[in-house]
Amino acid sequence: MPKETGWRISLIAAFVVLSFLYLTPTLASKLPSWWGTFLPKDKIHLGLDLQGGTHLVMEVDTQKAIEGSLDLVATDLEDTLNSKNLRFKRISRSGSDKVTVVVYEKGTADTVLKLIKDKYPTYEQSPTFDEGGFVAMTLRVNEKDAQDRKDKAVQQALETIRNRIDQFGVSEPTIQREGINHIVVQLPGIKDPQRAIDLIGRTARLDFKMVREDISPTSGTIPEDAELLKEKTVDPATGAVSEIPIVVQKKPMITGDLLTDAQVRIDSQFNQPYVAIEFNSLGAKLFDQVTAANVGKRFAIVLDNNIHSAPVIRERISGGSAQISGSFTEKTAADLAIVLRAGALPAPVKIIQNVTVGPSLGQDSINKGLYAGLIGVLLVVVFMAVYYKLSGLIADLGMILNIVYLMGALAALGATLTLPGIAAIVLLVGMSVDSNVIIFERIREELKLGKSPKAALDAGYDKAFLTIMDSHITTLITAAVLFQFGTGPVKGFAVSLSLGVIINLFTSLIGTKVTFDLFLHKGKVKKMSI
Amino acid sequence: MELLGKTRIDFIGMRKISFIISAIISIVGIIGVIQVGRGAANMGIDFSGGTAMQLKFNKPISIADARAALHKNGIAKADLQEIKDGNKLLVKMAGAAVGKPSEMVQAAFKKEFADNTFTVDSSTEIGPSIGDKLRKDTLVAAVLSMLGIIMYIAWRFDFKFGVGATLATMHDCLAMFAVFYLMNKEINLLFITAVLTIAGYSLTDTVVVFDRIRENLHKNLKGAMNTIFNDSINEVLSRTIVTSLTVFLAAASLFLFGGEVIHDFSLALLIGVLVGTYSSVFVASPIVVLLENRALGKKVQTA
Repeated sequence: MPKETGWRISLIAAFVVLSFLYLTPTLASKLPSWWGTFLPKDKIHLGLDLQGGTHLVMEVDTQKAIEGSLDLVATDLEDTLNSKNLRFKRISRSGSDKVTVVVYEKGTADTVLKLIKDKYPTYEQSPTFDEGGFVAMTLRVNEKDAQDRKDKAVQQALETIRNRIDQFGVSEPTIQREGINHIVVQLPGIKDPQRAIDLIGRTARLDFKMVREDISPTSGTIPEDAELLKEKTVDPATGAVSEIPIVVQKKPMITGDLLTDAQVRIDSQFNQPYVAIEFNSLGAKLFDQVTAANVGKRFAIVLDNNIHSAPVIRERISGGSAQISGSFTEKTAADLAIVLRAGALPAPVKIIQNVTVGPSLGQDSINKGLYAGLIGVLLVVVFMAVYYKLSGLIADLGMILNIVYLMGALAALGATLTLPGIAAIVLLVGMSVDSNVIIFERIREELKLGKSPKAALDAGYDKAFLTIMDSHITTLITAAVLFQFGTGPVKGFAVSLSLGVIINLFTSLIGTKVTFDLFLHKGKVKKMSI
Repeated sequence: MELLGKTRIDFIGMRKISFIISAIISIVGIIGVIQVGRGAANMGIDFSGGTAMQLKFNKPISIADARAALHKNGIAKADLQEIKDGNKLLVKMAGAAVGKPSEMVQAAFKKEFADNTFTVDSSTEIGPSIGDKLRKDTLVAAVLSMLGIIMYIAWRFDFKFGVGATLATMHDCLAMFAVFYLMNKEINLLFITAVLTIAGYSLTDTVVVFDRIRENLHKNLKGAMNTIFNDSINEVLSRTIVTSLTVFLAAASLFLFGGEVIHDFSLALLIGVLVGTYSSVFVASPIVVLLENRALGKKVQTA
């Protein structure tokens, strides 16, 4: 055996062993514990279209995050001015990037201007101007801070969503940021997608606000420091929804970010689930003060601008625990506890893409894809064997090698196999023998010219080489572009296609050649079976 | 075994007929592309935005009944399609917002077909902003891969061959658009993927033919262009057919057994493989002959 052939055979064999090593975690249902320590653990993942699941793309309303932080600035200024006994007419957010402060006289305005300059140096301050006989000024968030804030909001939303999903319990979820304000969430094998979507998409902003009994909800004029919210109640028997309007104080007494824990409990008396919440020390102190000062009054538990319930404060509550009860089922109570624990989203998110595949369709796709693949392979194998006889069988061997290598490579990369990915593999079955067809036809021609089998073989491989390179490179160009721009299933297609094309170059130019060389190297073969 | 013995077919001589056929195909294809660009073709919701659901019912369900049920519950604009095996129904609603429509459809069916329960096999909801982005990305992908292929061919072959190969490739892509447009099949992301794949693949056959033509041009500098080209095509004819045949077999088994999700995708591949084979013989080479003869004619005139 020539030295070169020996090398090539070792290389081919080494790749086969490697492929099977990498494929073992994918194929074996259970691996011995020592396997992962020094052998590859990655396996081929099934795309959502094959195993079923949900793919979500969410858009974070980053503008709302800015508005939220400006609202905080406004509240903070109010408190500061109040504590310094500076009288003001109005402090509020105006538009999407400004806070406007209106005071009664020029003297106060100058003090306030200076105060703002010290406290919020990064904000752009306007000179004072006249507003209906009062003195007004604005502070505007600068462009860079706004960008920072938006960026942080998306990052924070991502963390919060990750938290919620972890607590909801999904195996192998993918949560990624995409572009400026998109978050991509993949939940493979999820059983109740709608529930998960509701859980993830909820802003979950919890506020405790005092009810303003002095203003009638139907009066039509509501003062600036109050707002009209609605309490929704669902009749458990009929499912009918009724809405009760309630006027509450705009400024919350306590907010949900002061929570440390939220758990589902079951009321022993009525056997009703409720959510028990724990405040941190600041929250506990505030809650203690507020309840002590307002015994006998009502406060509203507001969740995402809907009043969840508005109970009467019966007594002072110290110790920092409280409970949210209402018409919960066990599931809705559990979901509320999760979102309260994981925290509120810094800004609302909107679901802009939702692709859900049921598990039965996924399994169906796998079965059919494999079945079609098997038939494709069989057809090609038989055709090649009939058309090119023994040489055809060698090409078939190359094709099988091709598939083994490709699967091994997919496993090594931990790639995701999608249905179009399976299609790409089947397509490659056809393409991989193409190179051999080009070579064989050339060999036949050379044989017809009267060359010896060995000479014809070498000439065939040499002359077909460039043609094969050309056809592979053009396919590779499109595969690369598809990979760059495709998402989900299309990306899976591109991965399989490009890997397959590269591997095919190796198997058709080296793999099958070696086999021929083995048969022909002694020059005894007088006639080639082609 | 050999499919064909030695053939002597005058492919170049048939160019009048083949050019007319290809022109018709291309024009229909261009109309199809324009309609796609205008959004007037049967667009998949991945481009148009909207909701698509596949429902699997327990008992057979007629499209007319389903449509009536949706109408009754205030869903007027829905595209319904039946999938033959297993009582499956495809519901497509273009341009609607994410979230609500799919719930409304499910509620409507639950109410109207109380005795025929169903499960949701798959549901896809795509907001308009995603559709826009995808359209742009796809356009960029198509342009980039075309450019890449053209540049590669221009580098590997001389200009005239490059023109022939590029036109043949575009012809193949247009043919796929033409067939899908005429059959009113859905133009979605998978279809575009198939088109780009074929754009890369169909060159294989063209390259095989071109390589041989080049080889023979070098060997035989005096012969008439038409003869050299015809001989070359005939010499590699069985190779052209066999390479296409193997891919065709694989694509055909996907088409027949691969299931409904990739049914149209494999159909597009099948069309592409067929047209790609045709174009490498009947489009690419004759164009090069035309260009070569014109160049020769000019040389003779100036000499």
